[in-house]
Amino acid sequence: MYVAVKGGERAIAQSVDLVARARRGDPAVPELSVEQIRQQMRLAVARVMTEGSLYDEDLAALAIKQAAGDLVEAIFLLRAYRTTLKRLGDSVPLDTANMRLERRISSAFKDLPGGQVLGPTYDYTQRLLDFALMADAAVTEDPAAEASAGPIVAPRVTDLLAGEGLLETSARAEGDPDPSDLTREPLQLPADRATRLQNLARGDEGYLLALGYSTQRGYGTTHPFAAEIRFGAVALELFIDELGFAVKIGEVDLTECQLITDFEGSAEAAPQFTRGYGLAFGHSERKAMAMALVDRALRAGEFGEDTDLPANNEEFVLAHSDNVEASGFVQHLKLPHYVDFQTNLELLRRLRAQWDASNAGATGDEEPAA
Amino acid sequence: MTQAEAHDGYNFAYLDEHTKRMIRRALLKAVAIPGYQVPFGSREMPLPYGWGTGGIQVTAAVIGRADVLKVIDQGADDTTNAVNIRSFFRKVTGVATTERTREATLIQTRHRIPETPLSEGQIMVFQVPIPEPLRWLEPRETETRSMHALREYGVMHVKLYEDIVRHGRIATTYDYPVIVNGHYLMRPSPIPKFDNPKLHRSPALMLFGAGREKRVYAVPPDTDVRSLDFDDHPFAIERWDAPCALCGATDAYLDEIIIDDKGERMYVCSDTEYCNDRQQAGHHGTQGGAPRA
Amino acid sequence: MKHPAPLLEVRDLGKRYGHRIGCEQVSFDLYPGEVLCIAGESGSGKSTLLNTLAFQLRPDAGSVHYAMAGRGLTDLASLPEAALRELWRTDWGFVRQNPRDGLRMGVSAGANIGERLMAVGQRHYGEIRATAADWLARVEIDGARLDDPPTAFSGGMQQRLQIARNLVTHPRLVFMDEPTAGLDVSVQARFLDLLRGLAADLRIAVILVTHDLAVARLLAHRLIVMKQGRVIETGLTDQLLDDPQHPYTQLLVSSVLAA
Repeated sequence: MYVAVKGGERAIAQSVDLVARARRGDPAVPELSVEQIRQQMRLAVARVMTEGSLYDEDLAALAIKQAAGDLVEAIFLLRAYRTTLKRLGDSVPLDTANMRLERRISSAFKDLPGGQVLGPTYDYTQRLLDFALMADAAVTEDPAAEASAGPIVAPRVTDLLAGEGLLETSARAEGDPDPSDLTREPLQLPADRATRLQNLARGDEGYLLALGYSTQRGYGTTHPFAAEIRFGAVALELFIDELGFAVKIGEVDLTECQLITDFEGSAEAAPQFTRGYGLAFGHSERKAMAMALVDRALRAGEFGEDTDLPANNEEFVLAHSDNVEASGFVQHLKLPHYVDFQTNLELLRRLRAQWDASNAGATGDEEPAA
Repeated sequence: MTQAEAHDGYNFAYLDEHTKRMIRRALLKAVAIPGYQVPFGSREMPLPYGWGTGGIQVTAAVIGRADVLKVIDQGADDTTNAVNIRSFFRKVTGVATTERTREATLIQTRHRIPETPLSEGQIMVFQVPIPEPLRWLEPRETETRSMHALREYGVMHVKLYEDIVRHGRIATTYDYPVIVNGHYLMRPSPIPKFDNPKLHRSPALMLFGAGREKRVYAVPPDTDVRSLDFDDHPFAIERWDAPCALCGATDAYLDEIIIDDKGERMYVCSDTEYCNDRQQAGHHGTQGGAPRA
Repeated sequence: MKHPAPLLEVRDLGKRYGHRIGCEQVSFDLYPGEVLCIAGESGSGKSTLLNTLAFQLRPDAGSVHYAMAGRGLTDLASLPEAALRELWRTDWGFVRQNPRDGLRMGVSAGANIGERLMAVGQRHYGEIRATAADWLARVEIDGARLDDPPTAFSGGMQQRLQIARNLVTHPRLVFMDEPTAGLDVSVQARFLDLLRGLAADLRIAVILVTHDLAVARLLAHRLIVMKQGRVIETGLTDQLLDDPQHPYTQLLVSSVLAA
């Protein structure tokens, strides 16, 4: 007798158990601690915080651990947690000019006030596997011993250019309205730049990377310079009504990228540099740069440039940037679709019978279809 | 927070009361303008997008302690996704759940409408992957908004016309477009077109939630819902040659099941509760209750 | 020739792009069944003017009045978007230079012709198809091609299909933007012949933009010559081409017709 598949609940419980075991791996190997992940996988933590839209290194590290290193899954976990959090207030806009720099480079100038600060970067490491890292508990000397003297604070390159009037100013909108919050309100198109930037900041790094890349190799018209990329700590301040002034409540590590592109000017606007902007939590240079490229590409219309390439298409770019949305929808194909499949199956059979009938008539010597 | 009670640190039905109010306001607007897609501040849910986040938020926004919840996927109460969503709501609300359509006050569904006729006071909640019926004909949201406002739906018939040219019939079999209340073109979510007639003047309230796309829409009770067609190619639903092999039903949507590795098939109701009900009432098909030879 | 009342009344029409002039101070009347050509070099503002006349671009100055069925001359600026769009898809037609902009390349010729009928509420597949077949014949395309997509058509057939797709709702005014620009000379002649015949038989007014004075000579009752966004000369086609007054028109005429 035919028995329909039952027992979904038990199967789910067992699957949950299995994935926990798979995550843990061989129990004979010591378990990773959240603190180890936070300390030793800081770039993964930065990405999860950025695209998870929540600055919390411990929770991001926990999410990475729970997701067995699947960063999109970790981002999803962090988002699903974040969505329930109360909104206590809005911070004062971050002042990245006052960043305590760990790294700061400009490719537009050889030298500049504050200097080029290479800081921690993989850029000039030779990409050879370091087999020394394979040894268990390799002890390295404390790098803090050689750390530079005192914090570095330096003006932003874009501020230097703006002083000369050669860089577009970012005018505040009338009344300086609060930016919309994409996690509370749906994306409405066309979107203003603040909303677009918010969408891109949460957007998938790989997606932005590919889109930004496309603008560099012919599917775009801009030729940007990296005016500045900076990474370091920025004070987070909250305005307290009862006190009447802003209070520093902590610091966040940020990566900021400003790309500039020349613009020949129009009847209304003088020739000047225009900018693409990228900002990410933690040390996330690839993300910040790709974001800046895409931001600038989305502004093509503002400057009378062609807007017919993929990275210029606001609806396309913004609607597909979110990896939690994309991952869910792609993977929902795993859910049962047999009811709809059945309707297609029936239709296809009818069409096939029709086709076979007419083709059998035409060719004659073929075997009739069963 | 008078109604709400914390469970494992979460509010009743998971969402905070502010969010629920926001969704209910959007739903009220949706009910007031049948078939119109209302943007709402869709939240990130602990289930993946595309797996029913829209339906879950709608259910969470309208569910109360006295509700009796039924969750189906593909018409079945026991598919893993249905089980998962039902257990989520049991965990975060503690409300009674049921498999019986008649007992349920709230039915969340993916891809089917139950065979048992719905009644006044019941609410159906549909999980919607893509709410925009014009999406494949016009990808720009700014343009589809105008098309809806002005009822510029000729292009939708172009698609159906082209179906007939190519296939001799309208080849859309599920998520079959409908006109609601004589105005808005609407996707009924990927239910088979077999279920479309159940939307027309249903005594139940039909709510549709698209989480990833951040839209809700509704068909209020007793509202006209017309499936698009041509006068000389009228809308028609699927028919099966054989009755359900388990309960003998001839009026139900049937799933095809491959029962051995020689490819032998049987047809059974997709609505498991309806099928069980009929079997208990003494109806039998060719396979029902008897061991297979 | 005595005309009853104008179909379109254009007064001091202007459109700017920032400081750049698209077109300005354009005035004329168009009568039912009249074919008007707007001629000029590329960049002279003729396409901008065409789109502004049809209100697909909003003018910055002046007005366009259209004799709407049942309500007489109506200021297009006063129409809500719904009414304007209805004009676009019923009483007016648009033939584009590039057939990709004027046709649905992914659906059959029949669906292309039937689209307007379905947009205005026709719901009988057989009748829509019969009408489409009839129009295919009227634009001299073999009826066997009814179910073929435009991608399988030659350039000349695509332009004729655009005509059929537009005329199926019997519009009273059709805007055409360089419809022959992409066609070989031999194909052009056939297309223009067909167009002239249809416009005359159906009493359709046409506003056609072209850089080609030969096209104007063959089709137009009246001609407007544009340069740098302004109308520099206007008159009956034969008169204007035989005895151009403005030096620029003289240059155009000599360069084209002498060649």
